[in-house]
Amino acid sequence: MNSATSRISYEIRSYFRAPDAVFFTFLFPIIMLALFSVAFADADPIRAVAGNGRPISVDYATYYLPGLVATGILLSGTQSLGVDIATERSDGTLKRLGGTPLPVLSYFVGKIGMVLVTTIVQTALLLGIASLVFGVDLPTAASNWGVFAGVMVLGIATSCVLGIAISALPREGRRATATIVPIVLVLQFISGVYLPFTQLPDWLQNVASVFPLRWMASGMRSVFLPDAFASAEPGGAWHLALGTLVLVAWLVGGTVACALTFRWNRKDA
Amino acid sequence: MPESPAIEVQHLSKTYATGKQAVDDVSFVIQPGETFALLGPNGAGKSTTVEILEGYRSRTAGEVRVLGHDPARTSRSHNARIGIVLQTSAESPNVTVAEQLHHFATLYPKHRSVDDLIAAVGLTAQRNTRIARLSGGQRRRVDVALGIIGRPEVLFLDEPTTGFDPEARRQFWDLLRQVQSEGTTILLTTHYLDEAAQLADRAAVIADGKLLDIAPIDEIGGTAARTPRVRWRDDAGDLHDERTTDPTALVRSSTTAMHDLEVIRPSLEDVYLGMVGQQ
Repeated sequence: MNSATSRISYEIRSYFRAPDAVFFTFLFPIIMLALFSVAFADADPIRAVAGNGRPISVDYATYYLPGLVATGILLSGTQSLGVDIATERSDGTLKRLGGTPLPVLSYFVGKIGMVLVTTIVQTALLLGIASLVFGVDLPTAASNWGVFAGVMVLGIATSCVLGIAISALPREGRRATATIVPIVLVLQFISGVYLPFTQLPDWLQNVASVFPLRWMASGMRSVFLPDAFASAEPGGAWHLALGTLVLVAWLVGGTVACALTFRWNRKDA
Repeated sequence: MPESPAIEVQHLSKTYATGKQAVDDVSFVIQPGETFALLGPNGAGKSTTVEILEGYRSRTAGEVRVLGHDPARTSRSHNARIGIVLQTSAESPNVTVAEQLHHFATLYPKHRSVDDLIAAVGLTAQRNTRIARLSGGQRRRVDVALGIIGRPEVLFLDEPTTGFDPEARRQFWDLLRQVQSEGTTILLTTHYLDEAAQLADRAAVIADGKLLDIAPIDEIGGTAARTPRVRWRDDAGDLHDERTTDPTALVRSSTTAMHDLEVIRPSLEDVYLGMVGQQ
């Protein structure tokens, strides 16, 4: 077994043995979906008007599912990696690895492999529960699943890079969760995950549109909601090309930032 | 042609950004297969010196070579030839002893057998226990196991037995003797002079960043510091304390009674405290 595959299995094993990480990153979107579905079980369905003038409605579970799929990607990538790497930097794990022949790249392959596996399992669970327990109709068209795969891959890659970059923010490992979770949480509230995006003030929509989650969420809405719901998006369209552009920009910028700033340990002067 | 040294330190100095000079013109050479102890009080500059040799810290001035390599330059192939046991082991991963060792074994080309290593560090009963649930002393043994798992040519041990009980310390010494017998060069920093006396061929004493002495363990401090002392009280109760190379002659030449007579051969600890105390 080479060092990269050994790292991936080591990372996945460690991840699932930390109950707080499993709860706040892995199970969180599933719990939120259950919460919204139960809380709004008796509420009127959410409506949009189709092109032919006929109203189309979806229930709350269907409505929240795409945003929560996007949130799961962000939690498993950015939040979990950010907290994880910041903790490993402060508790001496990175220092120890820095003294071994482990290539820096294998360390990241291990982390990203862990995110890939946990995100795929998490998303599969989320979709399975949405479909089997809450009766959400999943799309059947291949084109929908093509967009889904594209947003997943690009979303995971961008979230991983952001997680690695954001791990440099906390000055000490004990504060890693307190520093990183609020950033990710605020993004969820301004990116149309919990609150309908176009109901936010324009300036807040513009702020949110700088960040990746808003585009991951709208990309997922284009997959899981009827086409008529595009009318509830800014400008009345999904803007998949623009979203791709924003995500790629974060991916490239984040990769460059990580390559320039990552250190095994906080070097002395 | 003589073998090239395992570790070479020439005029090493380190000044931190705070202005504190942690290491001040320190030089020493360690031969292959030798165990070398770096002794000194807390804050003397031991760890700074070792961390420069390990490649963790930059130096301000001087030349440093470990196995002919400048540790300031990162090199994977060099890292495969050294082993590091850091001073602190705060990390407590959610993996078992065996899982941790198996994983680290994959990082080294010539690694030891994990089962043999677990037995050698005395953790057979804990092999399937998560490291987070081990005692401090047991965790330290995992650190040592990780330090030697790759069969290093040079092993750095920074205060390896702090917090060990006497029994665990003896077991650790036995383990290190095994590592020594394989020809491993060891650089050891320690507070415990008995540990240095047990394991090291030579020692350097460093205080306040400066090298005070460097010599084989039983010669450290020079002959003057090792001169036996003769202590006694005279009839009036006054204390006499004289240093002499010939205590017998001194006692024989006395014409008055010598009460509470003692002949003291200074221990390594006495010599060390004398040197550090003068600073």
